[in-house]
Amino acid sequence: MDRALTLRSTTVGTKAIMAVTGAVLFGFVVVHMLGNLQLWLGAQAMHDYAVSLRKIHGVLWIARAVLLASVLGHAWSAFTLVRRNAAARPVPYKHARRDQATNYAARTMPITGVVVALYIAYHIMHLTLGVGVAAHDPQNPYNNVVNGFSNPLIAVVYIVANVLLSAHLFHGGYAWFNSLGLSNPRYAGMKRAFAMGLAGLITLGNVALPVSVLAGAVKPTTETFCSPELGPCAGPGVEPGR
Amino acid sequence: MSKKLNLTLHVWRQKGPTAAGDFVKYPASGIDDHMSFLEMLDVVNEGLIEKGEDPIAFDHDCREGICGSCGVMINGMAHGPRKATTACQLHMRVFHDGDEIWIEPWRAAAFPIIKDLIVDRGSLDRIVQSGGYVSVRTGAARDANNIAIPKDDADLAMDAAQCIGCGACVAACPNASASLFTSAKIGHLALLPQGGPEREDRVRRMVLQHDAELFGSCTQHGECEAACPKQISINFIARMNADFIKTAVTANADLKQREGQ
Repeated sequence: MDRALTLRSTTVGTKAIMAVTGAVLFGFVVVHMLGNLQLWLGAQAMHDYAVSLRKIHGVLWIARAVLLASVLGHAWSAFTLVRRNAAARPVPYKHARRDQATNYAARTMPITGVVVALYIAYHIMHLTLGVGVAAHDPQNPYNNVVNGFSNPLIAVVYIVANVLLSAHLFHGGYAWFNSLGLSNPRYAGMKRAFAMGLAGLITLGNVALPVSVLAGAVKPTTETFCSPELGPCAGPGVEPGR
Repeated sequence: MSKKLNLTLHVWRQKGPTAAGDFVKYPASGIDDHMSFLEMLDVVNEGLIEKGEDPIAFDHDCREGICGSCGVMINGMAHGPRKATTACQLHMRVFHDGDEIWIEPWRAAAFPIIKDLIVDRGSLDRIVQSGGYVSVRTGAARDANNIAIPKDDADLAMDAAQCIGCGACVAACPNASASLFTSAKIGHLALLPQGGPEREDRVRRMVLQHDAELFGSCTQHGECEAACPKQISINFIARMNADFIKTAVTANADLKQREGQ
């Protein structure tokens, strides 16, 4: 028991927890982005994708539980370390310390982290729960997304949040190697490129969706869908199971 | 040929650990550009003593860049603007006539100010005391090369062993973490066979002591590596993390039990 507690009560251990949970969330973001790109395949593809996620019994809820645990672990370790680090220099430099090596992404990790957390809450309310969205239809995720992004204000929120997310992913994707001690000098030079490349690709994919809706390349559909996996169907006259 | 520089210094003056401090402006005129930074401070201090004022207190010893005593923040940079250079080895030729120079002590909860530019770096000593050694039976000196050590390992161990414990890594770190120092002290022993037997206990004890001294955590900014006068790589922090995590999750003996606590 003592060993496991050591991990939670030390800076190195807390950082390891942050790195592991961050890696899980990073992995989720990659899969989520790839899934979302099906918007370009049309409404049927998006509907089928939503159904398929629910077809394998329990997997969606196991995934959600793992993600929730990761978010909580990530936030706990961030909160613990930010507080600790602030206490480690109670009297700041009066003549400002000059940065020589760090970058914008690394410096703003706590800020981008909080912004991304707020964005995730908004994102779930907007597209998963459909809070305050009159036309929200669980059977038609394609229209939910396209209708949402047709509002320039919502699209801009998504674009800005994803750009900030990319900064967070860049430093996180770089730092988790060292936090977990995965550091071989042979690959040292590739860590930055790996983090930048992956963060860039994710952001490109995520930002391309609202942009393509705003540009009019992706339009709402008039198709209707009904699959019991996605809950009750919208109205009468819709055949169950399409 | 040497040039003469006329500079304006803003030096942190603080009478004692609990006294309030602030920057005080001093002119430094006719400074030879071949002087070291500390020699420049000596000249300023001579002027202060002649005027009957309290000279600026700053830590120094070898003035050869190997003892680790002399670190101060110079214009917001630990040991000043030159890479791989301690404050004592920094020469005034890097400055220009008319420059303003801000000199401030290291700032960290673990480095309380004693006076002016001098801080108490005893926290670093206590980290070393907690495990930065190898236990050996004393006796006749062993033969040289008694234990075969691969050249690469020896070189890497020496890279870490270059750490002079000046505290620049802490001073430069946005989180006031001593991760680079601790990892260098762990790393130079972990790479050698002599450090093997105590490797697990050492990393555990030293990381716990690092935390107990209220240093911050590493968030991979890389500021320590940039400030380190011995250019110690943050890869040693990764090595420390790997050792610590491995120890935390797999170690076969319970330290508390062994110590009879």
